[in-house]
Amino acid sequence: MREKPISFSVRLLPLLVLLIAVAIWSALSKLGIFPESVFPSPLAVAKGLGEEFRSGRLFDDLVASLFRVTSGFLLAVLLGVPIGLWLGHHVRSRFALLPLINFFRSLSPLAWIPFAILWFGIGDVPAIFLIFMACFFPVVVATVAAVANIPSIYFRVAHDYRFSGTELLTRVTLPAIAPQVITSLRVTAGLAWLVVVAAEMIAGRDGLGFAIWDARNGLRMDLLVSGMVVIGIIGVVIDRVLVRLTKIRSVRWGYER
Amino acid sequence: MNDKPLRIENGAVSFDSFEVFHNLYLEISRGEFVAVVGPSGCGKTTLLNLFSGFLKPTAGRVFCSGSVRMVYQHDSLFPWQTVAQNIALGLRELSSENERERQLNEMLRLINLVEFAGHYPHQLSGGMRQRVELARALAGDTDILLLDEPFSSLDYLTRLRMRRELARMLEEFPRTVVLVTHDIEEAAQLADRILVLSERPARICRELHVALRRPREPTHPEVVATMHYVLTELGLEQDKDDFVSQTTVS
Repeated sequence: MREKPISFSVRLLPLLVLLIAVAIWSALSKLGIFPESVFPSPLAVAKGLGEEFRSGRLFDDLVASLFRVTSGFLLAVLLGVPIGLWLGHHVRSRFALLPLINFFRSLSPLAWIPFAILWFGIGDVPAIFLIFMACFFPVVVATVAAVANIPSIYFRVAHDYRFSGTELLTRVTLPAIAPQVITSLRVTAGLAWLVVVAAEMIAGRDGLGFAIWDARNGLRMDLLVSGMVVIGIIGVVIDRVLVRLTKIRSVRWGYER
Repeated sequence: MNDKPLRIENGAVSFDSFEVFHNLYLEISRGEFVAVVGPSGCGKTTLLNLFSGFLKPTAGRVFCSGSVRMVYQHDSLFPWQTVAQNIALGLRELSSENERERQLNEMLRLINLVEFAGHYPHQLSGGMRQRVELARALAGDTDILLLDEPFSSLDYLTRLRMRRELARMLEEFPRTVVLVTHDIEEAAQLADRILVLSERPARICRELHVALRRPREPTHPEVVATMHYVLTELGLEQDKDDFVSQTTVS
């Protein structure tokens, strides 16, 4: 099924919802249930955001966080997809290794924080390690599942038309798993963005997570919320970027059937 | 060139506990269109798998000289490739790019899907997809076509059109064809020879020759008579004497 084009007025709806949300927030802060120091108003947050932006700190934190997320996530994908492919094709290895992989997948990456600090200290490396631990196992499991779900008929056809070796991988297996893997990348990238904030709060000297933690320590709730706003916006942007992958014509079949 | 490109001598296939068939003798001539019908589960697809080399016989010998292409029941097109790319799979062996391009266009014209060349399989109807499958299998220098219930997932009217379509395509690109089907009308309308298989362990319990030229109307008396014989053989219709004089049955 083709999606119907969305009219301009419908496209404005999210903006309307946003305005209503800010209005409710503003009204709540005006009511004064909590003092301004623990429930900052939208205006105070906007001012805080401006302050952070002008000082250049916001940009530096953003770059630091994005660098860690990108590194940890890419590392997890570059290792996870090939390992998933290998396990998907080898029943015995899959049988042997999948329980262990599922064990680590079920483990909250935050549980690794103490070790991350002990092993790698403070800075980029522990955060990248934690993001990797959060993303690697789900990517492996999703790739294994995608390979196992390839209808065997495609391999018969590939054999009929004399595909083998690398060509079988690049022209049959990879395109066959692409839609499922792309979906898992979207989920995992979201996970990476969640983890980087937690990692930087504890094992960081900069980054958006550290900015939140620092604001809390300085009792600057306006800066804390402005950090939250930026984190939320970037999370949405990352997902929008990865959604572009699902628009590639040769993977549409995976979403339209 | 061998004039009997497909041959099974004393062939037997058995899986673990049951025997699919034994002592099977079968010869298929170059350019012949053979349809295989029989009760479901009797081993019709196994026969095709023997010819395609996907399955080895438990005993006996299978000869297959020439390149073989198989058309499956449904959805064996690569969904990540366009109509043109899927058909081009059948032309992979050709070394000349120009020749590939020429044959691809010829195939697209043959199946009337020129304007759909850039479409993906999920954007096509079931009948269109099956036409692409046939084109992919016919493209290039292939000798033998194995059809495994290729139209079984289509509605009746589309099936009728596809049969005519297949007859027309074979007119332009003659091939040796083995068609496995549970559609007796399809077999009677298309085949030069129909093999009726028995229940497992399967044997050929009847061979019917149909000399009528293709394309054949489904209501042509000889097609109807052939269907009657097959149905009678399968125990689904009473024998009627008045058909005997109208058809050539050996």
